[in-house]
Amino acid sequence: MGERKKILDVKGLKTSFFTDDGEVPAVDNVDFHIREGEVLGIVGESGCGKSVTSLSIMGLVPSPPGKITGGEILFQDKDLTQLPEKKMRGIRGNDIAMIFQEPMTSLNPLFTIGDQLREAIKIHKRDWSKKQIQDRAVEMMRLVGLPRAEDLMKEYPHQLSGGMRQRVMIAMALLCDPKVLIADEPTTALDVTIQAQILTLIKNLNEKLNTAVLLITHDLGVVAETCERVIVMYAGKVVEEGPVETIFKDPQHPYTRGLLESVPDMRFKKERLYSIPGNVPKPGTIHTGCKFAPRCEFAFDRCITENPDLYQTAGNHKTRCFLFDPKEATAHDRTAIKS
Amino acid sequence: MTEPLLKVEGLKKYFPIKSGLFGQVKNHVKAVDDVSFTVAEGETLGIVGESGCGKSTTGRMLMRLLDPTEGKVFFDGQELTKLSNQEMRKARRDIQMVFQDPYASLNPRHTIEKILMEPLNVHNIGDPKERKKKVHEFLEIVGLSSYHAKRYPHQFSGGQRQRIGIARALMTNPKLIIADEPVSALDVSIQAQVLNLMQDLQKELKLTYIFIAHDLGVVRHISDRVGVMYLGQMAELANSEDLYEKPLHPYTQALLAAVPVPDPDFKREQIVIKGDIPSPANPPSGCRFHTRCPFKMDICETTVPIFAEVEKGHSVACHLYEESRPQ
Repeated sequence: MGERKKILDVKGLKTSFFTDDGEVPAVDNVDFHIREGEVLGIVGESGCGKSVTSLSIMGLVPSPPGKITGGEILFQDKDLTQLPEKKMRGIRGNDIAMIFQEPMTSLNPLFTIGDQLREAIKIHKRDWSKKQIQDRAVEMMRLVGLPRAEDLMKEYPHQLSGGMRQRVMIAMALLCDPKVLIADEPTTALDVTIQAQILTLIKNLNEKLNTAVLLITHDLGVVAETCERVIVMYAGKVVEEGPVETIFKDPQHPYTRGLLESVPDMRFKKERLYSIPGNVPKPGTIHTGCKFAPRCEFAFDRCITENPDLYQTAGNHKTRCFLFDPKEATAHDRTAIKS
Repeated sequence: MTEPLLKVEGLKKYFPIKSGLFGQVKNHVKAVDDVSFTVAEGETLGIVGESGCGKSTTGRMLMRLLDPTEGKVFFDGQELTKLSNQEMRKARRDIQMVFQDPYASLNPRHTIEKILMEPLNVHNIGDPKERKKKVHEFLEIVGLSSYHAKRYPHQFSGGQRQRIGIARALMTNPKLIIADEPVSALDVSIQAQVLNLMQDLQKELKLTYIFIAHDLGVVRHISDRVGVMYLGQMAELANSEDLYEKPLHPYTQALLAAVPVPDPDFKREQIVIKGDIPSPANPPSGCRFHTRCPFKMDICETTVPIFAEVEKGHSVACHLYEESRPQ
C-alpha cells in the first residue's frame, strides 16, 4: 500500500481557556495528521487535551472561555481555524462528523429517531426529495446493523438501549459520507459485550466506506484493537506518536511505558501493578521543562529547564523525551528505561 | 473447614413497578434473583457483570442498605437479615463500604477530619483526643498527610478522594469491606495506585474484600475468587485462575472474549454474542442467557439451570454441564 494522502493536517494547534486565573493552555502546540481511510487513536488520561483537540477540529470549543490561539487545521487546503462559522457549518457533519461518549444526551428525547436523522440530511442536502431523504436514513440504519430499521425510525431515543443509541449516532454521523469521523470515547459508557459490537462496527465501516477515523479514548485495549497509528497525549502535548505495533511493543516515552504497565491485563496476573507516582498536573501549572518531569523517574536537569522536542526514534515513531535527543545519546543510558 | 466470614443464601431483591392512579403493583424488577455464595476470612471475592446484572444491589443488601425481599445473610455467625435496624447499625462497624464516585460520596461542606471522625462518633469509639489521633493515623496509612485533615473534599484530586473514602471505611476497624466499583471513575495511572493501596491494606489489616466491578482485568488482578453475574443471577463462580483460564459458562466465555487487550498482536477468539441484555422486569424463561447464547439447546428455554459445583470450587449454572456434575 502506497502512502495515502493526508486528509487532515493539524499544525501547531494551541487552544486555551481564559479563566479568572489567566490563560490555561489545554492543547499546547499539537501536530498530527490523518491519512485517507486511516484509523488514528489519541490516548491519554483526563485533562490531557484529547477532547479539546477534537472539539478544536470541529470548531466546537466553547467560546468564551475557550479560544484557538494558534496553529492551523488544514482540511482539503482550507484552514478550519480561519473559516467563518457559516462555512464551518457546511463542513461540520458533512465532511467531518463526530460521535460522542454519551449517546443518550446526544439525542433529543422529544423527537423520533427518524426526525433526527432526516433533519441531519435536510441541513446538508437541500435539494433532496422527501423520499430520497427517507431512503437514505433507512439505508444508514441498516448499514450500522440496526434491526427493523423502518419501525425504529418512528421510535424515541428512550425506547432504545445504549448500544442501539450509539449505532443511531454512528448512522447519523455517516449520513453525508464524511471524509473524517471523530469518535470521542464512543464506547466508554457501554458494557464490554456491546463495546465489542460497536468497535467491530466502526472498523467495518472504516474499511467499507474508507472513512478516516480519529478515535479518542483512555482505554489502551480499545486502541490496540482498532487503531493503525497512535498518538499519546499528556498535559496538552503529544508525547509519543507511532504505529500501533511499536507503541505497544516498544514504547519509548517513560509516560507511555508507565501507562502500559499500570493496566491490569486480563490474560495473566501480576503480583503488583506498576503505578506512576503523583497526579496529572493541573493545566497551566508547569511552564518550563518537560510536563512529565515531576513524575518521571528518569528526569535529569535538562528536563526541568528546557522543553523537549519530538525526536524521531525509528521509522515513523517519535517521542518527546530528552533521553532520545541525539545529543544526549552518549550521556544517558537509554537501556535503563527498557527494563 | 472453618466457618466462612460471610454466607449468603438465596438472596433476592424484587423492586415493584407501580402504575396507575392507585399505584398498583404491576410487575417486579427482579434485580437479584436467588444468589448464594460465601466469602472466607482474608480473601477477596470479585463480583463482575454488565450494567443491570444486580452486582451493586447485591452489595447493598449485604450491608442492608437495601432490605432483601428474600434470603439470608450470615456474617461472623450472626444472621444480619434478622437484626433490627438498631442492631444492624452496630453490626455495620464490622462491615464498611467504599463507593464508586469519590465526588458524590464525600460531603462537600465537611472537612476531611469531620468526614473521617463521623464513623467514630457514630460507633462511640474513643474520646475526642483519640479520635483525632486516629484520623491523622489513617490519613497517613492511605498515603495522605495529617495536614490534609483541615481541607475540604474539593481540594483533592479524584485519586486522593478515593483514598479518603477508603480511610473512612477503615476508621472502625472493619472485618469486611464491600467496594462497589472503587476504581472505575479513576484514570489508569491513579487506578493502579489505589489498587496497590487496597492490596497493601488487606495484608496489613487482614481485611476481607468483596470487590464489585465491571472491569475484568481489574477484578482478576485483585480477586482470589470471582463470581460472574447475569440478569440478577450468579452464572459462574470459581477461583480467579480457573475462571479466567477455563471459563465454563458461555456468558463468561463471551464476556472474556469481548475485553479489548492492550496488545495489537493479540487475536481474540471470536465469540461475539448478539443483542442486548434483556430487561430484568421481564427476564427470559429458563436460562436467562438463552436469548444470546451460542450453544442454546431446547432445555434452556424451559428449565432454569441449577447453580452447582462442576469441579471442586468451580460452580456454574448451565445445562451444558449437567452431566459432568458429581451426583
